[in-house]
This record gives sequence, structure tokens and C-alpha cells, in this order.
Amino acid sequence: MSAAAADSEALFRYVLRLGDLSLVLGQRLGEWVGHAPALEEDLGLANIALDLIGQARLLLSYAGEIEGRGRSEDDIAYHREQGEYLNPVLAEQPNGDFGQTIVRQVLIDAYQLELYERMAASSDERLAAIAAKSVKETRYHLRYSGSWLVRLGDGTEQSHALAQAALGRLWPYTVELFAEDDLDRAMADGGVAPRLAEVHAAWTVRLDELLGQATLKRPGDRAHSWHGKRGQHSEHLGYILAEMQYLQRAYPGARW
Amino acid sequence: MDDSRHWPLYEVFVRARGGLDHKHVGSLHAADERMAVEHARDLYTRRQEGVSIWVVPSKAITASDPGETESLFEPARDKIYRHPTFYDIPDEVKTL
Repeated sequence: MSAAAADSEALFRYVLRLGDLSLVLGQRLGEWVGHAPALEEDLGLANIALDLIGQARLLLSYAGEIEGRGRSEDDIAYHREQGEYLNPVLAEQPNGDFGQTIVRQVLIDAYQLELYERMAASSDERLAAIAAKSVKETRYHLRYSGSWLVRLGDGTEQSHALAQAALGRLWPYTVELFAEDDLDRAMADGGVAPRLAEVHAAWTVRLDELLGQATLKRPGDRAHSWHGKRGQHSEHLGYILAEMQYLQRAYPGARW
Repeated sequence: MDDSRHWPLYEVFVRARGGLDHKHVGSLHAADERMAVEHARDLYTRRQEGVSIWVVPSKAITASDPGETESLFEPARDKIYRHPTFYDIPDEVKTL
């Protein structure tokens, strides 16, 4: 493979990581539609889900262009197998109760916010533009999820206990977000993406502030064995894809 | 907080564009003012309906009594001279 081809293959995989994170999380949030604790929250979660799907569309379309094999955003979303999905496994974790959904959302919103803020200055113009658009949405997402985290953590004894339990369950998955591998390093070296260590430091400050307001304790980091970013997923992703891809698998090319 | 019926009701006012008034668009349930603004954003401005939101606790609004409709509003019915409809408007004036 030539150097240029290797570069574009790396960029393709990196853009998939970003796009798949938004796509899978958006699909997960969509499961709340019709089931949220209040009509107002139903719409709030659906709005965030749609923002995320919108980000995924931009990113997966771009991935298709980089790949140069004529695949559209839909081809990439609906016709890849589980092992070709490159989202961190945190995104695919089940909704659980409302508190668990909120904790997962806070962890990812804060990550995307710190990432996009820096990526707006990416050497890749297209990614810089997508990041600049997404950062406005993400700021609102964190405002929503963060204020709920504070309400639940600093709420009743029961809501505090449930939020703390969800935090304990999901925290180990955050390690993968910041575990820099060769691909992350290559993107940072090329100025395409920020250093994950820098994102991690900013994320930690933000999280500590929110957790303090929510009177929740930050769990300790643990060694992890998750590699969603390399296509090795938890048991949950297959079920998400089965539901999401069903129609396009059963009726390939179906349109509205 | 397992049920939004326990949340107080808020009235929502949205300004569609700079220069226009805030108009009443509906109501919603929220635990407090901050949540009410967020809910209003999600419920009433998701199709670019506005650039500014006001929320007011519904209980802060004092309404006229429907039973007094006759005495409050009917006396104005036959006082058409209160409408500026008896002036000739020059053609050059497009809007008043």
C-alpha cells in the first residue's frame, strides 16, 4: 500500500470511530421515544438522538468519500457487520434506568465536547467544519445531561444511589475513550485530531466539577479489556444493529 | 420525581425574531425555571420557531373571570369610533 493510500485508510477508520459513536448512541437514545418518564423528557432525548444521527450522517458520508468506493452514508450504516463498527463500547451500553442513560450521556457528551472543541482547528478542513457544527449541539447535550446528573445525584436518597450505581457500572468503559492507540497517535501527529491525553485532562476537570455538584463520587480507573475502537464489541451491539439494520437487510435499497 | 404530574406548570412565550414580541405558545411541566427553559427549547423551538424564550409559572398569572365576559368586553362592541377607520389613508402609506 502506498503512503497516501495508508493515510486515507487511517483517516477512513478514524472518521468511522467518530461517526459510529454518534450513530450507536443516537440509536440507543431513540429507544426512549415513547418511554421516557415525562413527555418533556421524551422530546428532549429524541432531540439529542436526532442531533447525534445528524452528526453520524455527516461523518459517515465523509468516510464514504475518503474510502472512494462509492459507498453512501446508508451503505456504511446499514451494511456493515458488528466487527466493522468502530465505536467505543460505552456508546452501546444499555439504557438501563433513566439515571444510567443520563450518566452514559454525561460521560460521552463531555468527551465529545472536549474533542470537538479542539477538532474545530483540525488540519482536515472537512472534520474541522463538522466539529464546529457539532460543538454547538454537544454543548446543549451536556447542559441537558449535566443538569439531570446534578438533579439525580443531589436529589433523593434513591436517585443518588441509582446515579452512583450507574456511574460505577459505566466508568470502566470510559478508559477506552482515552486509551491512545496507533491510529489516535497518527491522527494527532497529523494535526487531524487533538491528543487524547489533552482531551482526557479537560474531560476530567469537567467531570469532577459536575460530579462535585451532583455529590457523586468518581470511581477509580480500572484496567479494561474493551476494544470497540478496533471492532471488538460487547454483546449489546449486535442487538442494536439487528434492529437498526433490519429494514435495509430485508429490503436492500428501500427508500421512503 | 417519578411522575411529571408533580411538577408545576409553566407558560411558555417565544420571540420568533428580533423586534417581535414574545408570544404565548403553550405550557409545559418542569421541576423549576431552568428545566422549564430547557423543556421549552426542546418542545417549542425545535423547528426554528424562536430566538428567545420566556417561561412564567402558570400560577403567577392572574386571569380575567370568564363569568364576567359580558361586563368586561361587551361594552366595547358598539364603540366603533375607537377604531381609526374614519380616516382617508393616502395611497403612499403602505402600512399603518
